[in-house]
Amino acid sequence: MDIEKNFAQIKPLMNSSEAYYESSRCLFCYDAPCTIACPTAIDIPLFIRQINSENIIGAAKTIYESNYLGNTCGKVCPTEVLCEGACVFNKLNIPAIDIGRLQNYATNNAILTKLNLVEIPDSIGKSIAIIGAGPAGISCACQLRSEGYKVDIFEARNNPSGLALHGVAPYKITNEEVLMEVEFLREQFGFNVFYNQRVENKEDMEYLESKYGAIFLGIGLGGSTAIKIRGENKQNCFGATEFIEQIKIEPIVEPFAKKVIVLGGGNTAMDVATESAKLGAEKVILAYRRTKSEMKAYYFEYDLTKDAGAESVFNVAPIEIVGKNSAEGVKFIRTETIDGKLEYISSSEFVIACDLVVKATGQVKQTSMLTNISGLKIDKSGQISVNLSSGQTSNPKYFAGGDVVNGGKEVVNAVFEGKIAGKGIHEFLCK
Amino acid sequence: MANLNINFAGIKSPNPFWLASGPPTNSGYQIMKAFDQGWGGAVWKTLGVPVVNVSSRYGAINHRGNKMVGLNNIELITDRRLSDNLREMEEVKKHFPDHAVIASLMVQSKTEWHQIVKDVQNAGADGIELNFGCPHGMCERGMGSAVGQEPEVLELLTGWVMDVAKVPVIVKLTPNISDITVPAQAARRAGADAISLINTIQSLIGIDIDKFIAYPVVENHSTNGGYCGPAVKPIALNMVKNCAQNPYVQLPISGIGGIENWRDAVEFILLGSTSVQICTAVMHYGFGIIRELTAGLEQYMDSHGFATIDQFVGKALPNIKDWADLNLKYSVKASIDEDKCIGCQLCYTACEDGAHQAIDLNDDKSIRIPKINEENCVGCNLCSLICPVENCITMVRKDDGKQHITWKQRTEADNIPLIFDDELAGGLSHAVRKPIDALKK
Ligand SMILES: Cc1cc2nc3c(=O)[nH]c(=O)nc-3n(C[C@H](O)[C@H](O)[C@H](O)COP(=O)(O)OP(=O)(O)OC[C@H]3O[C@@H](n4cnc5c(N)ncnc54)[C@H](O)[C@@H]3O)c2cc1C
Ligand SMILES: Cc1cc2nc3c(=O)[nH]c(=O)nc-3n(C[C@H](O)[C@H](O)[C@H](O)COP(=O)(O)O)c2cc1C
Ligand code: SF4
Ligand code: SF4
Ligand code: SF4
Repeated sequence: MDIEKNFAQIKPLMNSSEAYYESSRCLFCYDAPCTIACPTAIDIPLFIRQINSENIIGAAKTIYESNYLGNTCGKVCPTEVLCEGACVFNKLNIPAIDIGRLQNYATNNAILTKLNLVEIPDSIGKSIAIIGAGPAGISCACQLRSEGYKVDIFEARNNPSGLALHGVAPYKITNEEVLMEVEFLREQFGFNVFYNQRVENKEDMEYLESKYGAIFLGIGLGGSTAIKIRGENKQNCFGATEFIEQIKIEPIVEPFAKKVIVLGGGNTAMDVATESAKLGAEKVILAYRRTKSEMKAYYFEYDLTKDAGAESVFNVAPIEIVGKNSAEGVKFIRTETIDGKLEYISSSEFVIACDLVVKATGQVKQTSMLTNISGLKIDKSGQISVNLSSGQTSNPKYFAGGDVVNGGKEVVNAVFEGKIAGKGIHEFLCK
Repeated sequence: MANLNINFAGIKSPNPFWLASGPPTNSGYQIMKAFDQGWGGAVWKTLGVPVVNVSSRYGAINHRGNKMVGLNNIELITDRRLSDNLREMEEVKKHFPDHAVIASLMVQSKTEWHQIVKDVQNAGADGIELNFGCPHGMCERGMGSAVGQEPEVLELLTGWVMDVAKVPVIVKLTPNISDITVPAQAARRAGADAISLINTIQSLIGIDIDKFIAYPVVENHSTNGGYCGPAVKPIALNMVKNCAQNPYVQLPISGIGGIENWRDAVEFILLGSTSVQICTAVMHYGFGIIRELTAGLEQYMDSHGFATIDQFVGKALPNIKDWADLNLKYSVKASIDEDKCIGCQLCYTACEDGAHQAIDLNDDKSIRIPKINEENCVGCNLCSLICPVENCITMVRKDDGKQHITWKQRTEADNIPLIFDDELAGGLSHAVRKPIDALKK
């Protein structure tokens, strides 16, 4: 089996003929529904028209003006439910405009030619600290640099881009592409990134507060949540984010497991199932507590698992990971929903054998670190409360955006919130 | 079952589809192949004293994904020896005695004209077409459109040909003139048997904006050429109509210009053409388009009960009138089929910015279907033309059909606006917003 082929990009780069014909189809809608559906409100009909009239530079500028991670977003956005889902062609049963790939066509060209996007103004003598070099942090940094602030990003890991690098499925975007865009932006905007710098305790915070005019929190979410069942700590039972990070940073070249059970019904569970199948597992079983229609995953992500060869079982809840030191199977109990409540069906337990279990039931919030910030309001579900039009938290010196605020959405949301916070900080410091 | 045979000024052809003189009729090989596939006739690539061509000869315009909606060329007449062409012509006629082979000619002196006419007749040509149309390269030497633009010269040269012609003579007209009926009448006066139109339109297809050279590029330079293909059809249709309606022309017409499918051909026939000629579409898609052309034409004739082509030649002509004879009381208004509308709002922005501000958006932005403001709608058609959904915006008749008054009648009745601030101004019936409203968001 050819693992490399399995991981071919599902949204490959367009060639110039494809871009010409596809851009020709766009209607240039008024108050375009695709733009309305884009969280960063990219002027889609404009950039498509620019591609069509061979003004690729203009197209890239249009995209980056609204979205600093235009290239990454073109590849990883769930376009089926965003811009492309809103394209008027859907109503005619004509395929929607391939917006994501057109976007990529333009931005890829900009990155390769090191297009000059903006003139950075002279330093205005104020510095901002950003914690976390994920999509939210990078976006905030670009926005602030375009206003002339000095920007220092402190990143716990040894590379940028957060989950866009460590989480997003490899057949959506390659690591090289993710890193290339951040490097392009760093050269363009000139922000500093300090790696292996986890900002953790009160002293770190106090230091930053003393040195910087404002601080942006773009720390995302933490590791995978535990499901709190027996046997969960066995070898070969992993959390999804850890499992994915592992295969993204040290790509597996040999089939690594015979039979994989994936627990969960969200997009991350779908990613794990698809990726395991593509990596050569003989059998992949997706197990979800509720019915198929209750899964939070997008339909097209579920379709990908099926295309890759994964099977699924519904209405089964895991109650124990069985086996000696290593996981050898999962014991499930069947479930049903009665009056909106999930109930176990008694005496319906059964075991499915396996040699790897991946728990994709969510990510924890990084609350311990946040409690070190005085006066920072965190809501019931552990997300930072912010003013949505400025990204400002209850501690006026702190701003936040991305997964840490929205609880875990998409890269494009993090980019938007980072930019809003960048503007918010500027307004706050100008007052 | 429809009969596609035609008799064009004495030239018989199994169907009205002829290859126009150009690259597809450059050789006997091509013409035989075309006849074999079903073409009814061919006008041989213009013969004369052979030329020398440049390299890089064509330029095209594409429109939003469609290649070559207009083609421009700087090629001249044949670059092959006359004897080779004549030999091949004889061979084609031997294999296809019932197909129409027409020799297109362009020479200078009276002697040359007399000689070449006799030569092609001896080779078996069923007819002769005089190329008075080529708008580049040849006209500078006093041939082609230089002739077509001078009615007296055209008449003189056509006369020379008529002196010796034993087969029907067609004069091919250039569109590079303000009134096409003037050379058409000259052809008639000279005794020509038919006219064909249009030849290519003098044009510059575009510029390489980085190198500052027009297309097609010949080293570091370019030159103007002749324009043809789908984009020129409306111009050709109008000229065909003008000739067909002119009482002093009254000659059979071979219609040319932008024909690509059977519908285009039917349009030319309805305006008075008996045969049609096609060049660019063959250069684009090959001889194989004949299958669609004949099948479509047959189907059309059967569905309308036309047994022969003659029965509908010119059938649309009586319905084309002067503007002053149109009914000013006729009134249509746009109507949107809400079930079909996809909410692109192109109609809104077209009417708002480009017409009469007669389409409104819903205050609730989530409802994307626009609304026609009938009071302001002047019935211009614009929205229905740009709507991307078939039959979504239709123009619905609103007058009762009982009233009829034309500009001519109003003029006669002294009922037309005459001064700048006349109360009879047509636009007074329709509300125009105040300029300052444009700046209110
Ligand atoms: C498996 C998986 C698949 C996904 N697939 C997609 C997809 O296909 N498309 C899509 O649009 N989105 C996808 N997402 C979601 C997307 O990756 C996130 O929404 C996005 O990356 C959030 O950006 P962020 O900047 O808020 O946080 P993150 O990307 O999590 O970045 C946070 C950064 O902060 C750093 N950090 C954390 N704590 C500290 C600290 N204390 N000090 C210093 N640095 C710190 C982290 O190391 C990290 O680099 C996926 C997520 C997962 C988990
Ligand atoms: C490359 C080229 C060469 C042509 N050469 C001739 C020619 O030699 N004699 C002539 O009468 N017309 C010539 N024409 C004009 C065509 O016969 C025809 O009148 C014109 O192309 C419009 O028709 P169309 O666009 O449907 O093809 C030529 C056209 C092209 C494109
Ligand atoms: S909705 Fe579709 S057709 Fe309309 S502007 Fe957007 S991409 Fe183009
Ligand atoms: S142009 Fe047609 S489809 Fe588009 S909004 Fe108007 S009526 Fe609807
Ligand atoms: S027909 Fe013309 S005036 Fe009437 S709504 Fe359509 S675009 Fe406007």
